[in-house]
Formats: sequence, C-alpha cells, structure tokens
Amino acid sequence: MIRVQQGKFDIGAEMAEICEGDFAVGGVASFVGVVRDTGSGPDGFMTLEHYPGMTERKLADIEQQARARWDLANVLIVHRYGKLAVGEQIVLVITASAHRGAALEACHFLIDWLKTDAPFWKYEEDGQTGGWVGALESDDAAKLKWRD
Amino acid sequence: MNVLYFAWLRTKIGIGEETLELPEEVTTVSEFLDWLGQRGPTYLEALQDRSVVRVAVNQEYVPFDHVLAPDDEVALFPPVTGGMDGVT
Repeated sequence: MIRVQQGKFDIGAEMAEICEGDFAVGGVASFVGVVRDTGSGPDGFMTLEHYPGMTERKLADIEQQARARWDLANVLIVHRYGKLAVGEQIVLVITASAHRGAALEACHFLIDWLKTDAPFWKYEEDGQTGGWVGALESDDAAKLKWRD
Repeated sequence: MNVLYFAWLRTKIGIGEETLELPEEVTTVSEFLDWLGQRGPTYLEALQDRSVVRVAVNQEYVPFDHVLAPDDEVALFPPVTGGMDGVT
C-alpha cells in the first residue's frame, strides 16, 4: 500500500495496522526519514514538490518489485510532500513478513530506491534565502543551488 | 500536447503547465526540447544544460530519442531528490 500525503503519520498506529489480524507475520521492519538540518539551522524548512500521479505510479511499481523479490505479507510506503520543518518525519517504509530477513532486506531495498526514482524535489529555505537541492549536479559548485 | 514543468524548471520557465501544439517536424523528445528552447529566453536558459533535464512521457521516464504522440503528457524536471537526500 502506498500513500502520498501532506499530513503527518503515526508510526505506531501504522505498524499496528499493517499486521493486525495477520498471524502469519513474524517480523515487521520500518524506516523513518527525518528532515535533517543541512545548514539552514533549526528554524529551517524545506518544501517538497512532487509530480502527482507519477509519484503514486512509481511508488506502486517499487512495491510490486519488492513483493516479487521477497515473500512479504504487507508493505506500506508513506511519503509526505509540502512544507516540512527540520526534525519532521518525511517518509515511512514498513514491511511485514513471516521472517525477519525478508522484512529487513525489503525495507532497505525500498528506501534506497525511493532516493533514485520517485519524482520529488526539495526546496530548502533558512528564512532568508532558498534554493533547490541537488538540482544542478553537473554544474559548478557556485550553481549548486538555484536562486531567484 | 500537455506539458508539465517541475522544481527549478517550473520556476525558471515561470509556469507549471501549458498545452502546446507541436510542428509536424518535431517528433522526438530531443527535437521537442530544441523547439521549446526557441520559445523564449526563459525556456532557453532552463533547457541549456540537458544533462540536468529529465523527461517523463505519460508518467514514465523516457530517453531523449523517444518519439512523442500528440496527446502525450510530457513532464520536464531536474534529477529527483526525493526520499533520502537531506534525510538521515
């Protein structure tokens, strides 16, 4: 199951729900991504833009790849978008399986993939200036962040 | 053809979406980007470095030699930075 949302998520509630009533589940693995302070200070925030439609399609694709590769009872990917402050949770991956190996490996696989294929872009602000993150990787250092 | 722009491509070009009618001689993504660049200085600047432009057609990544159809949804955006960059 995948969800793309602006609102926060409750890890405990999501983990409970993913294995509720499924007594074949022997292990649940999770990963939570948090907005890190990358120099903007504790008051910094980022705005995460995405491509509605394609995001859901790419997340569903990768869920299917994980399910084809490991024997998973359930998968949940929640990815937030919009304005997020330093310290806020941004992404959640939960995998449930009969065995710990499948749950842990699939969780790792899913979060690694999210970085490279899901259409999200970050705009970081520190209250005064802002710039797109990692957008001009082939450009020189001075152009690493694009500014208005 | 419906064309979408995201992240700094959107802010440089100044719009997020537009409907364009392509001339007949424009068939591939690469030719489309050449043609788009001639629409004005903001387009030209946004598209000058193709190595940082990614293209999706009907919500799937495509290479620059992909052939376009008139009713395609074409999206132009920078390399993605989702999920984990800036995330521990």
